[in-house]
Amino acid sequence: MLPTVVIFLLVCIILGYRVISAVPPLLHTPLMSGMNALSGITVLGSLVIYATSPPGVKGFAAAALVLAMINVVGGFWVTERMLRMFKQDRQEVEGADYIND
Amino acid sequence: MINLVIPVFLTAGFLISIRLMQSPRTALWGNRLGALSMALAILFAFQQLGVTENLQAFIYIVLGAGVGIFLGQQVRMIQMPQTVALFNGLGGGASALVAGTAVAISTGAEPWVFWLTAALALGIGTLTLSGSVVAALKLQGLISQKSVVVKAHGLILVLLLLAGVVSIISLIIIQEFRYQFIIAGLFALYGVFVAVRIGGADMPVVISLLNSFSGIAAAVSGLAVNNILLAGVGSLVGVAGLILTRLMCKAMNRSLYAVLSGFVVPSTSRGTDETETVKGEMLSQEEQIPYLLKKAKKVVIVPGYGMAVAQAQQHVKDLQQALEKAGKVVKFGIHPVAGRMPGHMNILLAEVGVDYEKLYGIDVINPEFPEADVVIVVGASDIVNPAATTAEGTPIYGMPILKVSEAKAIIVCNLDDKPGYSGVENTLYNENHVIAFLGDAADTIPKLTADFLKISNGID
Repeated sequence: MLPTVVIFLLVCIILGYRVISAVPPLLHTPLMSGMNALSGITVLGSLVIYATSPPGVKGFAAAALVLAMINVVGGFWVTERMLRMFKQDRQEVEGADYIND
Repeated sequence: MINLVIPVFLTAGFLISIRLMQSPRTALWGNRLGALSMALAILFAFQQLGVTENLQAFIYIVLGAGVGIFLGQQVRMIQMPQTVALFNGLGGGASALVAGTAVAISTGAEPWVFWLTAALALGIGTLTLSGSVVAALKLQGLISQKSVVVKAHGLILVLLLLAGVVSIISLIIIQEFRYQFIIAGLFALYGVFVAVRIGGADMPVVISLLNSFSGIAAAVSGLAVNNILLAGVGSLVGVAGLILTRLMCKAMNRSLYAVLSGFVVPSTSRGTDETETVKGEMLSQEEQIPYLLKKAKKVVIVPGYGMAVAQAQQHVKDLQQALEKAGKVVKFGIHPVAGRMPGHMNILLAEVGVDYEKLYGIDVINPEFPEADVVIVVGASDIVNPAATTAEGTPIYGMPILKVSEAKAIIVCNLDDKPGYSGVENTLYNENHVIAFLGDAADTIPKLTADFLKISNGID
């Protein structure tokens, strides 16, 4: 199984590099906070640990679950709020002339 | 097979969600696709581990989600840098907990790779947590934003890192689970010592780096618990953070090492001192400003961190609208490291509803400065300082700047004429076609707008 994990990881690095590099500076903050939400993917590890650990250490796994979920949901939530703000010409300005660039 | 197919599909979902982030038109759907993929990933994990056996885990998930929604809704846009830092820290902390618990419940039959990856996840995770907390406290202003250097700071860092590496190796060899507390403690201290040294304007680099670390911690913890999705998606975050870190370093012409070591060259050269740069037509002072604006056809506004501090973005937008109503072309020139995180100026201006099509990056706007009639600088110094191209040996030498001095006239709305964060005197103020209109941007910008409206409406 491990070699599969490593290969998968390398493929993700290469593909990730390609798509992420093309995100324009305009969206760097939402990109970062979206990626931030994705780092909460560690919730999957928390679940595995939670399911396999004896009662004595379940508390740690539970703490990991809560922290990771704050990261995931909080991250996506602020990104959503931020991206909703990106608008084009919200109010029309009369007489303004944008064409002569 | 299903154990591979579903992770591949979900990862594709995450990759497409990032692809959608490439344009502001589709980015919102990108974020939603990311959230959906995450929800499916969690459900898939439940299905694999057994839903009924782990019902209690749902409580913790709902609890965390609730806190996340609460925090995500409460924070104001101005607090975004520290929010991102804090969430990074939580992710790193969670990865450290996963690795630590995995070590605690180890059976002794695990291969050395398990111990290595678990120890790394633990170290990087705690480092991310402690470093992020310090960064967030700095950004919130709860501790000094300045670079704090204690005696023998460099030596302490090297020793901590060395001890950390030794303890990781010990854990791999001896496989004694209590060692992990030593690893966690050493790396947590290391994170604190690294972060306190970072000064305000270096924050964009550090936030990006912590972002990367939270991903790397997740990826190695994924290797430790053999979870393919965790390893893959964690590495995506790691790559994204590194890309941003590199961009930020390039935009400041500083090496990562220089930023992390808090290394600032004491500015011996006071810019181009002897040869007082005198360019352009001499302008008389502040009274001229409304007339200059009235005559102008093309205006470029250059915001910096000072605009964020003064919370002047709404006033800047009012000014932009007043100018546009009078038929002028208004563009914004955005430097990549203006502010405290990548893209900081863009979200501040988006918050008040400035059309994102009018926000231009350094490469696009720089060739346009010679045709700009007026440039209005709002709370920015280093990123427009011509000394970056002339004053060799200063910290900003070689840093790409917005070449505002090529415009016909420049109005600088900064708090004072002291140097920016770098400590290098801004030679822009010595130029003839520059008018300094000093004061809190929350006062000066509205005054600028009012005066302009008075002049342009009155005598025509």
